[in-house]
Amino acid sequence: MGETIAFVNILTVFVLAVVVGIEIITKVPPILHTPLMSGSNAISGITIIGAIVAVGSGQQTLTVVLGLIALVSATINVVGGFLVTHRMLSKFKKKD
Amino acid sequence: MDSATISNLAYLVAAVLFIVGLKGLTHPRSAVRGNLLGATGMLLAIVVTLLQQEILGFELIAGGVLLGSLIGAILALRIQMTAMPQLVGLFNGFGGAASALVAAAVLHQAVVALSSTAAPSLQFRVATAASGLIGAVTFFGSIVAFGKLQGLVGDRPLRYPGEQVVKLLLLLAALLCAALIVRNPQQISFYWYLVAAGSLLGVLLVIAIGGADMPIVIALLNSYSGLAAAATGFVLSNNILIIAGSLVGASGIILTRIMCKAMNRSLANVLFGGFGALVEDDQQDDVYAGKVTATSAEEVVMILKSARRVVFVPGYGMAVARAQTPVRLLSELMEQDGIEVEFGIHPVAGRMPGHMNVLLAEENISYDKLREMDQINPAFAQTDVTIVLGANDVVNPVARETSGNPIAGMPILDVDKSRTVVVIKRSLGAGFAGIANPLFAADNTLMLFGDGKKMMDELVAAYKEA
Repeated sequence: MGETIAFVNILTVFVLAVVVGIEIITKVPPILHTPLMSGSNAISGITIIGAIVAVGSGQQTLTVVLGLIALVSATINVVGGFLVTHRMLSKFKKKD
Repeated sequence: MDSATISNLAYLVAAVLFIVGLKGLTHPRSAVRGNLLGATGMLLAIVVTLLQQEILGFELIAGGVLLGSLIGAILALRIQMTAMPQLVGLFNGFGGAASALVAAAVLHQAVVALSSTAAPSLQFRVATAASGLIGAVTFFGSIVAFGKLQGLVGDRPLRYPGEQVVKLLLLLAALLCAALIVRNPQQISFYWYLVAAGSLLGVLLVIAIGGADMPIVIALLNSYSGLAAAATGFVLSNNILIIAGSLVGASGIILTRIMCKAMNRSLANVLFGGFGALVEDDQQDDVYAGKVTATSAEEVVMILKSARRVVFVPGYGMAVARAQTPVRLLSELMEQDGIEVEFGIHPVAGRMPGHMNVLLAEENISYDKLREMDQINPAFAQTDVTIVLGANDVVNPVARETSGNPIAGMPILDVDKSRTVVVIKRSLGAGFAGIANPLFAADNTLMLFGDGKKMMDELVAAYKEA
């Protein structure tokens, strides 16, 4: 029973986040579609948390190794994604 | 408060930062701040995770983060703006790979620990399989997309008899492996079979898609990278992964829908349809024979000089020719003469959503001059000259027909409504849809044949002299 409740709770979070995502993204104008993609892509690098936990468990060698590869990939995604988005966005200027 | 409560509260703050950050991206003025808020949320989530008591081996983590940061920073800072589509594609891939690997690592750990603790929950098992499959499709799909955009793999779609059957069988095989993992997670080898099937599926899905459909593929892979992260969130029962992942998943799906609508095609048609067929030459002759008017840079400049309003319509050809700098120079020269200059941008112009806007913004062109299709279309009737640079299918009037051609019903830029249309193009060759474009043969159209950059340079030089 406890397992089911926990699942429903987590499902609630998932569905609400999807709804919020749709509401926000629909309002992004086409000129910002590329930065939106690279910026949201950087956010999807949140898996870095899971990778840190896997490496930090420090128990099974295979878990640590897989976690480490995941950590490097996720960090590339996060750091590269936010940086390149910043680089692009700083170009969007309005001249008078 | 125990450490788990503190970290969960911090994750909540991070989730709010992600949402507010994405909200910032709805306007160019607030977008830089929005991106920084997102990055702050990520930093907070990472620091809090590191501070959890059970985390060991900081050296290893620091090493991994350092290496990843270095690679990411070099890629992000050194890449040319014209190479942005492939970079975004590549980053998507890394996100997907990370999710699949984390799921694998956690699965391994859970199975080894199985003797001491209870069997993993159904949620854990299903989410692990989902993460492995979506992550693998995302990574290998993105690698192929990168290869295509970088010119390492052919731009044309690779099609072969029975390809849909092959993909369907692969999907079934992947689902079978997934079912076996859910039934018996101790058989870890099935996880790797699942990843292998997903990887092959990712390759085959994207390799069958041609260049002009890339905006849809990139948006879809963006969505998958988010969904993979959300699935990993279900594996770890971690809310921040689920929230961040589903935000991105939703964002990618919305973009995919916008792109599909802009092509008047369904997602299924893009993924499995037969676009990119060979051009029929005789049909081209009918359309063009004796009706095409070629022009010179000098003649175009004469027309521009007497214009009051000029619109540029850039397409992927501008990016390929790297002609955006002379475009900016010419637009500045004309503005100095009091000519109103705007840019009409089709939603699917280029190889990723918003591609043209990034290239023109890089040239320091004010963003309020970059007009969406719906904004600019009513204004073409009051436009003296429209310069079409490296765009083809998105300005093809046959799209207005209801059926009978591959782009029928696709929304287009109504450039033919302007007084004069100048099309800069190497030849009369067909665009991605493989059909002739009656615009090139229209009475008010002048063709300026040549390389986009060279012709734009000539226009700038001729304009200065005139």
